[in-house]
Amino acid sequence: MLPAEFFVDITHDHCRRCGRCVLECGFGALRQKERIIADHKKCVACQRCALFCPEQAIHIRKQEHGYKQHAIWTPEVRNDIYRQAQTGGVILVGNGNPMPHPIIWDNLLLDACQVTNPPIDALREPIELRTYLGSKPQSISGKLPDQIEIETPIIFPAMSYGAVSLNTQKSLAGAAKELGTLMNTGEGGVHPDLYPELDNIIVQCASGRFGVSYDYLNTAMAVEIKIGQGAKPGIGGHLPGEKVTEDVSRTRMIPVGSDALSPSPHHDIYSIEDLSQLIYAIKEATDYGKPVGVKVAAVHNIAAIASGVVRAGADFVSIDGYRGGSGATPKVIRDHVGIPIEIALAVVDERLRRERIRNEASLICSGGFRHAGDVAKAIALGADAVSIGTASLVALGCRVCQQCHTGNCSWGIATQRPELVERLDPVEGTERLVNLVAGWSIELKEILGALGLNSIESLRGNRERLRGFGLNASTLELLGVKEVGEGQ
Amino acid sequence: MIIDAGSMDSRSLNAAIKGLKHNGSIELNNVNGQRYICVGVSGRKVEINGTPGNDLAAFSSDVDINVNGNAQDGVANTLRSGRIVIHGSVGDVLGYSMQGGNVFVRDNVGYRAGIHMKEYLDNKPVIVIGGNAGDFMGEYMAGGTILLLNLDGNHIGNFIGTGIHAGSIFIRGDFNPYQLGKGVVMVEPDASDLEKLEVYVREFCSRFNLDPDRVMEQGFTKLMPQSSRPYGKLYS
Repeated sequence: MLPAEFFVDITHDHCRRCGRCVLECGFGALRQKERIIADHKKCVACQRCALFCPEQAIHIRKQEHGYKQHAIWTPEVRNDIYRQAQTGGVILVGNGNPMPHPIIWDNLLLDACQVTNPPIDALREPIELRTYLGSKPQSISGKLPDQIEIETPIIFPAMSYGAVSLNTQKSLAGAAKELGTLMNTGEGGVHPDLYPELDNIIVQCASGRFGVSYDYLNTAMAVEIKIGQGAKPGIGGHLPGEKVTEDVSRTRMIPVGSDALSPSPHHDIYSIEDLSQLIYAIKEATDYGKPVGVKVAAVHNIAAIASGVVRAGADFVSIDGYRGGSGATPKVIRDHVGIPIEIALAVVDERLRRERIRNEASLICSGGFRHAGDVAKAIALGADAVSIGTASLVALGCRVCQQCHTGNCSWGIATQRPELVERLDPVEGTERLVNLVAGWSIELKEILGALGLNSIESLRGNRERLRGFGLNASTLELLGVKEVGEGQ
Repeated sequence: MIIDAGSMDSRSLNAAIKGLKHNGSIELNNVNGQRYICVGVSGRKVEINGTPGNDLAAFSSDVDINVNGNAQDGVANTLRSGRIVIHGSVGDVLGYSMQGGNVFVRDNVGYRAGIHMKEYLDNKPVIVIGGNAGDFMGEYMAGGTILLLNLDGNHIGNFIGTGIHAGSIFIRGDFNPYQLGKGVVMVEPDASDLEKLEVYVREFCSRFNLDPDRVMEQGFTKLMPQSSRPYGKLYS
């Protein structure tokens, strides 16, 4: 009943039947007989075959079903219904929310200096991006709580071994080390191959507590308690048994092939007081020597939640907006739950300031950051740092085909199949990630220079340097940003 | 080494325990609800007199803890190995995500005992409970063993083993099948099961001066997961 979403258009005149495409396809959509035969229904448009065809003989085209046009009963809506009528199951997807909702970053514009206060030439003047994550004291007397020093306000968010391949994690860890920033292991434990990069790693403690132990908590730079994720607020994690390979089983400390279930609540956390108990249990276990943070999804009441999280003792709060990515999420949740990071960040920063506890925790934001412009705007809205998940995977080759949940990733990223994993060379992966973040960092410096600022600290929470363009009055108020054309 | 915990807060008590230079046994007196006792501690023998607060021995390994009294919530949270003996009752979420070690509780336990327990290779956690247990015992259980002896024959909690996908629960005496969570199956323990559980019953009884033969007189029911993939068919 389900039509193919894509059409694998093979120009047989150009094809020299080398069979490379058949090998490259992680989804088994191609076969070689006298000529290459495509099973169009299996194609997910990951583009691997098209890019690796030496003759450029393959083009993936979106199937025009010729369904009668209807703005409400779109082909996607119809196909989802056909699929569920067939299976009775929950539709599972990967990646982040693809809905064409407005992106507020695009309606925010940055300031620049002209004449009266000259810009700084970022190419010749020193401009500081160094950022310190952790709780800051009210006054400067006494011992400063432990801080994590990062050289750029861009970090890599939690992506667990299991959801992504070891080579993906190695690429991220290598890049974090080289860039002087951080990667986050997610909740799947730490593979021994990452031990050399431990100074640049945040480990996670989620509801399933996979791989969590005294050593695990003490190996890394910081510990993050995972409460929620932007792609699936209020929904737990579920690594299917087929992805729990020998190696994954070792880092998660569960038997091979067994499901790894992380339910949506931590069943020992039903209140801010309970959260505080876990934060301090981890602080006790780490001798108060590491920042302990909490990751939450951006939801309607995020300001009050974040305030509670900070009061519970978190040294940093990671807020993941509804465009955040995921290795596997029910589609209905990914596409319809949560709020954008722009608003969440603005209201959280404002609330913490008003309550005079903004200094007590750093804010790390994530959920659809696409370029340095988004990062600069987030810093101006009050973020201490920004996490880039999907962007980092795209840097590693991801074509955003949104099939992470299938484990067939042809690019060796969201898969545990060894023949696919080996396609991602961690050395090259590291280089690509370093390039990306280095590029964004230079762009951030250019933006700072244009703003006449020589340090990212001076932009942090500096909403005066943002203007809204085409946003309605209540959004502008929530963002605490003036309309374009309004002076100081 | 004896520490009088009477006037100490949690953090200073734990700092005192962790700061001890020698590896000998410790006796904590007048313990009165201090949290996190022995959190992250490894290789210690500790005698606790009083009532330890939440998260006793969380993230610990190779500990030998004897509590003369009741304990509160979160005992043995993410415990790696060792033994904890409670001469009394404990609160909620006993042994959350325990990865190994043994916990013996003489009396009752609160809600959600032994949830997320997991086993890996030689790490096989075991919880033995003398009394009854609150709801959701063994929820999401992913390995290890829970023995509920229910020596007083009281009503035990409901939703036992909801979401269990590995490991086993043994319940002594009667209960109603409706008390079980979804995806749990009841079976008669076989000879090897009985042999295994008798070892733990004997250890339990020797610690609390009970007659193991009398405990073993009454039959046990074994609870097992229906599937190691309870949610495998949920997705389209």
